[in-house]
Amino acid sequence: MIYLDNAASTRVDPRVVEAMLPFFTETYAVASSQFSHTPGILAKEALDRARSVIAERLGAGPDEIVFTSGGTESNNLALKGAAAAAGPKRKGIVCSAVEHTSVLHTCRALEKRGFPLAVVPVDGEGFVDLNRLEEAVTDQTAVVSVQQGNQEVGTLQPLDAVADLCRKKGALLHVDASLSFTQTGLDVRSIPANLVTVTAHKMHGPKGIGALYVRKGTALEKIQHGGYMENDLRAGTENVAAAVGFGKAVEIADDASVESVRLLQKRLFALLLEAVPDAQVNGPADPAKRLCGNVNVSFPFVEGESVVLHLDMKGIAVITGSACFSRSLEPSYVMMAMGYSHERAHGSIRFTLSRFNTEDEIRRTAEACREVVEALRRISPLAKKE
Amino acid sequence: MSIPYTKKILEHFMHPHNVGQVENPDATATEGSPACGDMVKLSLKVDAPTKTITDIKFESYGCASNIATGSIITDLAKGRTIDEAKAITWQKANEELGGLPPVKVHCAVLAVDALKTAIENYEHRHGLLKEKVPTDEKIVMKRLSRVINPLAGLDVVRTKIVTEVRIEAGDVTVFVELPEDHQFAANLRNEIQERIEPLWDVRSVNVVFRGK
Repeated sequence: MIYLDNAASTRVDPRVVEAMLPFFTETYAVASSQFSHTPGILAKEALDRARSVIAERLGAGPDEIVFTSGGTESNNLALKGAAAAAGPKRKGIVCSAVEHTSVLHTCRALEKRGFPLAVVPVDGEGFVDLNRLEEAVTDQTAVVSVQQGNQEVGTLQPLDAVADLCRKKGALLHVDASLSFTQTGLDVRSIPANLVTVTAHKMHGPKGIGALYVRKGTALEKIQHGGYMENDLRAGTENVAAAVGFGKAVEIADDASVESVRLLQKRLFALLLEAVPDAQVNGPADPAKRLCGNVNVSFPFVEGESVVLHLDMKGIAVITGSACFSRSLEPSYVMMAMGYSHERAHGSIRFTLSRFNTEDEIRRTAEACREVVEALRRISPLAKKE
Repeated sequence: MSIPYTKKILEHFMHPHNVGQVENPDATATEGSPACGDMVKLSLKVDAPTKTITDIKFESYGCASNIATGSIITDLAKGRTIDEAKAITWQKANEELGGLPPVKVHCAVLAVDALKTAIENYEHRHGLLKEKVPTDEKIVMKRLSRVINPLAGLDVVRTKIVTEVRIEAGDVTVFVELPEDHQFAANLRNEIQERIEPLWDVRSVNVVFRGK
């Protein structure tokens, strides 16, 4: 199986699994204070080591990292927590139109609770419209949420400029870095975000663990009540094994693997455009402005679900932005926001790579796409026939 | 079991039967549109004395369910009289395929609709109508309600880009609120003509773009 759906989830690195195992069968106590029993202290130490590794990668302090169950929870805590803590004069929420659903739907839920929402449009490459963002962010804005890298087309947002706008108006900035963490640099000492979402399973860590960076002094209310864990910002027994795995995954993630994925990305783009006539690149034309593992291409005259199914039969796992593939039977909202035609979205295929993919897999994938699209175009009423 | 499709569906999807276009067809029909993500085009040949479908082919732009239904529906219709073929329902196609996932049934309906429309078009053109109702604006609009406005993904009637229909002695003129040089204009003209031309008393179909 050639797995090219790494923006959905990734293979857990064997070294991560190994690091986690003792925390199921040996050090399984609840992480608790230094005045506890030895197993509890050991668990707490392991949790805090992982916390330090993640903090360091972000340029943050360990006390600024809150462990959560993943990206969705981090995004919920960031937005609902910031909205709840904001004063009556700052109730506005601003996000981009291409945010992950865990941001978009959270923002819409807040809108229903009386927090006015502004969704800022993007251009044809998925970049947030900075002029419109500037209009949307006012001195009544509580929090602005802009992702670092897009889940579908890989667009990397100009966070410097976004942060400047927020700072000028005194609004909090939340960055969803679920897909970009450890791949695209994000240092909170240079990008003054208040809240940053990160997650483990998109970077060869386990599912069920994420974190939220909360800048010191940021007003945030907890949304899940119970015990006083995680700086009293997130109640619930800490997932120590998963946190240890997350820490290990961050330790392993280095620039060399980012570079190797970048090369595969370049190669796949080139091979696909060569193999399939009329193929179109979706998202930024400049690969340097995309997440390193993201390749998104539309094959005109054929429908994406058919392509995905054929590729699956050939042992290649990818996804499409076609309506037929989605649970809502709507084409990709990201591509609709980018102003793409329905047809382009229906014919779009997303390939997302990881360091476990090989050059040979990339070659075989492009070849399979050539065959599949050729076959489907033969039966398509839209394709030109010789 | 990972994929929610039966073996039969996958067989027809991987190796669809009766693909392409019949040469010199006696009737054709297109249902769906690229904007919807599903489109089926049927063409068929009818032996006039026996009213038997001697050849039928399909083309599909669509998902697995759409392709598989196009394949099974052409299998089912081939060799049948047009009256028998008219009685083929999507339930029948669905049954033959071993059951589509419920969410995909609309893809199957499209192929069945195309078959019905193609036969209806044949009847119009071969004097087989039981009742010859003269074409009026209502009939034209009803047929146009199956043409999709590519800008909206909804039909041209509901989205009100067809603003007027004139009918004079078999010459139909359809006015469309779209610039003549719009990227979708040529395609839309074809689709409108394909919908209206088969009507028994229609001599010509003219599509006039008067866009802003």
